[in-house]
Amino acid sequence: MNGNKMNTENNNTILLDHGAGGKASHALFSKMILPLFSNDYLDREDDGAVYQVPAGRMAFSTDSYVVDPIFFNGGNIGDLAVNGTVNDISMCGANPLYISVGLIVEEGLPIKDFQKIIKSMATAAKRAGVKIVTGDTKVVPRGKADKIFINTSGVGTIFNGVNVSGSRALPGDKIILSGTMGDHGIAILTAREGLMFDGDLKTDSAPLNHMVKAILSSGCEVHVLRDPTRGGVGTTLNEIASRSGVGMTLFERDLPIKKQVSGVCELLGFDPLYIANEGKLLAIVPEKQASRVLDVIRADAFGKNAAIIGEVTDQHPGKVFMETAIGGQRLVDMLTGEQLPRIC
Amino acid sequence: MGVTYLEKFRDPSLAKNLVAAIHKESRSPIRLMEVCGTHTMAIFRHGIRNLLPETITLLSGPGCPVCVTAQKDIDAFVAISRQPDVIVTTFGDLMRVPGSGTTLAGQKGAGADVRMVYSVFDAVTIARQNPDKQVVFCAVGFETTIPTIAAAVLMAADQGVTNFSIYAANKLTPPALTALMTTQGVSIDGFILPGHVSVITGVDGYRSVFDAHKVPSVITGFEPIDILHAVLMLVRQNESGVPALENAYARAVKPSGNPKARAVMHQVFTAGDAVWRGIGLIKNSGMKLKPEFRVFDAGTRFDLNLMDVPEPKGCACGEILMGLKTPVACALYKKACTPMTPVGPCMVSSEGACAAYYNYG
Ligand code: SF4
Repeated sequence: MNGNKMNTENNNTILLDHGAGGKASHALFSKMILPLFSNDYLDREDDGAVYQVPAGRMAFSTDSYVVDPIFFNGGNIGDLAVNGTVNDISMCGANPLYISVGLIVEEGLPIKDFQKIIKSMATAAKRAGVKIVTGDTKVVPRGKADKIFINTSGVGTIFNGVNVSGSRALPGDKIILSGTMGDHGIAILTAREGLMFDGDLKTDSAPLNHMVKAILSSGCEVHVLRDPTRGGVGTTLNEIASRSGVGMTLFERDLPIKKQVSGVCELLGFDPLYIANEGKLLAIVPEKQASRVLDVIRADAFGKNAAIIGEVTDQHPGKVFMETAIGGQRLVDMLTGEQLPRIC
Repeated sequence: MGVTYLEKFRDPSLAKNLVAAIHKESRSPIRLMEVCGTHTMAIFRHGIRNLLPETITLLSGPGCPVCVTAQKDIDAFVAISRQPDVIVTTFGDLMRVPGSGTTLAGQKGAGADVRMVYSVFDAVTIARQNPDKQVVFCAVGFETTIPTIAAAVLMAADQGVTNFSIYAANKLTPPALTALMTTQGVSIDGFILPGHVSVITGVDGYRSVFDAHKVPSVITGFEPIDILHAVLMLVRQNESGVPALENAYARAVKPSGNPKARAVMHQVFTAGDAVWRGIGLIKNSGMKLKPEFRVFDAGTRFDLNLMDVPEPKGCACGEILMGLKTPVACALYKKACTPMTPVGPCMVSSEGACAAYYNYG
């Protein structure tokens, strides 16, 4: 009776009650969350998830998602949050297993938006093959959050004998990027600013765990795995170069990039090397294995446009240079501050 | 699939031929100035500097709109953002430029309503959506942006959007070239003239400056091939001793430019003196709203009460913008002054010479 009243009367928006721990909270969880996320661990509705720990090493990662707008072409904050943590765990050389979801919802979020987000989280978890085993929902008064913030954390088991780290790049290694650069950042920017451009530019948000599993079980040696999210490929490679104490050279002509993305970048004065990706990885591997790793990545659904984009050198340690398409050379520095559109 | 527009102007073999020709033909040392910040950026991004022979020195000019915005104008933007019930709208680069005190970004952090827009028309829209607020657009930029700003003022006048106003700190390119040529110590053997600006001014817009000073000048676009082509033309002019005003960007720039856009600009604005940061006052190099549009002037709408504060000590932006110094010659470069902690505007703007040296050098 009460549950019904709640559904019909209250304008189909999330209310403070929904996070207060009472009936409304329970209804929200059991009607809108549990059926979608359902699995043996969550269904027990305990305070936390209890699971067997396999032998060996584990990876543990957390990230919070505050993307604005919450819906954009090709995805929303929900699948982004699941894929993001799946990928962070994967980049440790691990197989992600369980994740937690913390939702902070602003009062007044339309229920149908909430449902859409939860649904895409469930779909994303299924696609990645991970279980959402514990979670929490809080509702804050209007203006105290922006629509919805999501934290996801997760654990995974590290593949046997695998040792990847940002400090392991060696001179002579090849740098592989698993697909086109900057799709996510430009999709968000165009959605945020209401900019209209030709073509259908979507976020690249995707789980990379299957790709990582394929790479690591191919028998090839892998030195570094990283997903170039915020700060883009340029910033991520700079971090690796300085942590590994090596130099890098990129080849502009080999950088995979969609025409629409380079078009928007030209127009607004952005450098695609610094635009965020949410479904791409950088693999740094010994030269003799590079073409095999490239084949493995290309065989994955999210790796079709993978390319070898550069190499690790013993020159100028800590610095990344690029050979430009016309044969010039330039530094690819860390991104400082936010990338801003040019004005003339 | 055919070669796309961009690929054509980044063709490695074409570039190679141009570079070879430049190396072959350039004998006497020359100093070329790329007037526009977008050119500076492109030159660095494509690694053009290290393709050129030692005989050629490239200097960055006064064509970075953010860099030349006077400190006092930035102070005005900041002061406006401190007024009650005001929304300040601005292009992104301007946010982080320090005035004598804080920046617009600093004001935003402190709670002021400062919004980044991509077009001045967004500012008019914001004004329409917020009738109880004053919406001010910080107008900077050269001939490229001025006609659009003028059009926005006309639109606001037409639709009665009376809570919209602009603070006009716009600048004109040709008077700056004249100022450069008449400044002591400045020696420039050729101008690479800005493509975007020239779409509006046309080749004719530079005629009087060229006739007065006879400095080799080539208008060009922003692709690597465009820039290399312009450099080669300037080398040839210098080697032959016959200066000319040439157009290497005929696909976009007409001799008479865009008279319609200029008409809109002159309908709303009239030329006035303007202070260029680091350079000083240049006669008739700015844009003032005409009396009939002065109601849209944020400078008179608010009581700003600004003080003259000297520009930061040690910052060589002014000399850099005039081709007298390069960023590495500034004692603060890479020390006190970095993109994270910029002292002068040349380090803030993505098109500033100091930022370009820092990021791509
Ligand atoms: S390095 Fe900094 S202080 Fe020096 S000229 Fe450039 S902006 Fe000014």
